[in-house]
Amino acid sequence: MSGLTTEPLEPPCRPASAVEILRVFTALALQGFGGVLPVAQRILVERRRWLTSTEFVEMLALAQVLPGPNIVNLALMFGDRHFGVRGALAAMSGLLGVPLVIVVLMAALYSQLASLPAVAGALRGMGAVSAGLVVGTALKLAPSLRGNPLGRTPAAMMLIGAALAVGWLRVPLVWVVLGLGAVSMAIAAWRLPR
Amino acid sequence: MSAVLFGSGQLDAAALWALFLHFMLLSVLAVGGAITTTPEMSRWLVGERGWLSDAQFTTSVALAQAAPGPNVLFVAVIGWNLAGLLGVAVTMVGSLLPSTVLALLASRWGTQHRQRRVVRAFKAGMAPLTIGFLLATGWVLADPLRGYAATPVLVAIAAAFMLWTRASPLWPILLGAVVGAAGWME
Repeated sequence: MSGLTTEPLEPPCRPASAVEILRVFTALALQGFGGVLPVAQRILVERRRWLTSTEFVEMLALAQVLPGPNIVNLALMFGDRHFGVRGALAAMSGLLGVPLVIVVLMAALYSQLASLPAVAGALRGMGAVSAGLVVGTALKLAPSLRGNPLGRTPAAMMLIGAALAVGWLRVPLVWVVLGLGAVSMAIAAWRLPR
Repeated sequence: MSAVLFGSGQLDAAALWALFLHFMLLSVLAVGGAITTTPEMSRWLVGERGWLSDAQFTTSVALAQAAPGPNVLFVAVIGWNLAGLLGVAVTMVGSLLPSTVLALLASRWGTQHRQRRVVRAFKAGMAPLTIGFLLATGWVLADPLRGYAATPVLVAIAAAFMLWTRASPLWPILLGAVVGAAGWME
């Protein structure tokens, strides 16, 4: 029964229907340039409160270690949790549908768009901003580790270790998960309440 | 009309089938996102098959960055350049089908067994790494832009915006686009 005490609080709100999921994921995808994850955190956790920070990190953890685009995996899991396969397809269609039409139209009408000097410059500026948005998202989610069974210091070490391994040393994600991740999971398993 | 549906028509049915299978394979290997498979994708499409030029491949990836939505949509632009709308369907379904099935199966298994020690250890143990990977993503995105004086300023503004406001990230993105288009990132 002690497992129940470590369960995070349930999120205060939930989507009313698969159609609402479709609508919200369409809206968030259209605000995502250079990465949709910061927008997803903003809308799903902060605005709609459909997920707590801890749940968002847990879902993202699975989405990251599985193959495929992280945000698409996260959308599928979120939709599936609420309305099964219908919800999963609604979330994925929202995320990809309208943006797919836009990007194909851009490719069809003017594939050289991105090589215009002003557009190339704008893309560099947007790239720097998307880097900052992801960093901000990470910093915002970090406090959700407070209740983590690993304990403060080991959790901080794992966070910094993973960031350095992938960001600085460019170790492929798979190896970091199998190495650092295995150690981290072993410590967690040992420290979890029985 | 047929150019829209099938592109230049350089790919026959057998080639499209090979394309589909190759993208399915890449999907299963795409741990860390579809973008991690671009080196292999380029090797196969440009080097081995010669279906796209190096420049076409690079502009496909760049074009998708200028559009809203998940980064995986660069796969659709590649599909369009290979074989029109049919190519879009082949590359998108190929690269999303296997990972979609896996994600649903894994997520359901995890939910069914959420009281199990192994599942709880995974969630608790992976949480700090997950946040570390996000920091690393920021690093990797900013790295090629290190030479520009505006980069650290934009990174800092965007991170602060994310941390201390609840407004849409579209605003700092717009700022970045204006700063870059104005020529401050040359």
